[in-house]
Amino acid sequence: MAEVDKTGRPQITISDGALIPDRAEKSLFSAWRISFFGAIGLLALLPILSPTPYLDILRFVPDGILSTFQVTVASILIALIIGLFTGLGRVSRITIVNRIATIYVEVIRGIPLLVQLFYIYYALGQFVAVPRLTAAVIAMSVCYGAYMGEIFRAGILSIPKGQMEAALALGLSRGQAMRKVILPQTLRLVLPPIGNEFIALLKDSSLVSILAVSDILRRGREYAATTFRYFEAYTVVALIYLVMTLFFSKLVGIMEERLEHRGS
Amino acid sequence: MEARVRIQNASKYFGKRGEITALRDVSLQVMPGQVFLIIGPSGSGKSTLLRSINRLETLSAGSIWIDQDEVTNPHGDIRQIREEVGMVFQSFNLFPHLTAVENILLAPTTVKREPRDQALPRARRLLARVGLSEKENSYPSQLSGGQQQRVAIARALAMNPKVMLFDEPTSALDPEMIKEVLDVMLDLARDGMTMLVVSHEMGFARAAADSVVFMDEGQIVEIGPPERIFDAATEARTQKFLKHIL
Ligand SMILES: Nc1ncnc2c1ncn2[C@@H]1O[C@H](COP(=O)(O)OP(=O)(O)OP(=O)(O)O)[C@@H](O)[C@H]1O
Ligand SMILES: [Mg+2]
Repeated sequence: MAEVDKTGRPQITISDGALIPDRAEKSLFSAWRISFFGAIGLLALLPILSPTPYLDILRFVPDGILSTFQVTVASILIALIIGLFTGLGRVSRITIVNRIATIYVEVIRGIPLLVQLFYIYYALGQFVAVPRLTAAVIAMSVCYGAYMGEIFRAGILSIPKGQMEAALALGLSRGQAMRKVILPQTLRLVLPPIGNEFIALLKDSSLVSILAVSDILRRGREYAATTFRYFEAYTVVALIYLVMTLFFSKLVGIMEERLEHRGS
Repeated sequence: MEARVRIQNASKYFGKRGEITALRDVSLQVMPGQVFLIIGPSGSGKSTLLRSINRLETLSAGSIWIDQDEVTNPHGDIRQIREEVGMVFQSFNLFPHLTAVENILLAPTTVKREPRDQALPRARRLLARVGLSEKENSYPSQLSGGQQQRVAIARALAMNPKVMLFDEPTSALDPEMIKEVLDVMLDLARDGMTMLVVSHEMGFARAAADSVVFMDEGQIVEIGPPERIFDAATEARTQKFLKHIL
């Protein structure tokens, strides 16, 4: 019946993790290093080579980084909580709970984020005046909560059945077993995929610029609209995003490695 | 004397239409302090029988009692019964995120809500009992299979069970580690623990078992003292099986 897990820990396969550096890739000129330091180099070099307009752009656009981070961090935190409960709901044996969680996931995954963003902002706006930033955070966390829920679900399901059985056999309730045995192991397992979601969310947060939240993209657009320096402005915007996402993907990679080294 | 474990006409069917029979009208009584060894071919229902005793499986028919408490009563407090029944699994099932001593402490501190420092001395005594005092702070991944299984036994003992169930406790182990686990089990048996053990370890059976139960196709075919079953089985199926594994 239950098999001995010879290889150690179960793993979740990551679907959206192209950015995660390949751990085998240790060479000096890894793809990650070329992209990351290339982008930083360009950001440093461009204002030196042609101070107008790049110096101006670099004074103007980075103000948006704060907004981008606000939206991203707030959304990921709320999405984590939503995701945890959604994941628990998805594995629940109580039919109604299970059904609600599943419907939430299905519905959210079936609607493009941009549409959700409009919907929450304008639809909610009919009844209550939601500040732009709040609407953006609600939309992003509701959307990512569904994806996070699937990660938690996969994480919970990948814990060997014997763990729950051993806990139950000791007299723990299902809830206690979940809290003390299953979730702590799940958490370790889902950290890397959650890191990936964070990066994906960071990128998707650029969508909130259409609600006139002045994030990085919005600042770039504003600059371009007044100076008509579209190419230069968007070059800088793209490079800033690139540096940030590559930085975080490295962090996730390191975290993944650490988790693997610590006893399973 | 009252039976410690009483199994009455237990049947268990798996599958959508109940087409798989795992147990067929099994009855068995184990007195306090007795050690029963359960043997039989793969799929004969040994695990299902064991797992029904702490209701990891729910019987399709029949009833099981631990002393006065009916395990199979759907309205009964199964968690309280499970506290009194320790279980050891083939694959150890230690909690990998907890150290050896934390594995042992989990149930007393969670289920009985004992304060940690009150439960700790007992947990340490149990570790000493299975010969692993120095591994207190090791994680399961840092222990050998034999050591893991001994921690698992200590973990099950932490709730002071009246009955211990062992489902093939040594069959996932390398040969050189089997003895250390069997020694712990022998020690338990001598101490008067009531035990149901699914295992094909003849040596352990001869040394510790009061009875050997041979199961086949969900039924108890033959039951008797180890010497009689091993050396003078009366049923043809038992003889055939024993010839096969010896
Ligand atoms: N969860 C389940 N779902 C469906 N069938 C099951 C399930 N568990 C056990 N069975 C079936 O019940 C029968 C008895 O299984 P059981 O695991 O009790 O046998 P066993 O004697 O322990 O065998 P083994 O020596 O291989 O461990 C088998 O036919 C098995 O396939
Ligand atoms: Mg079995």
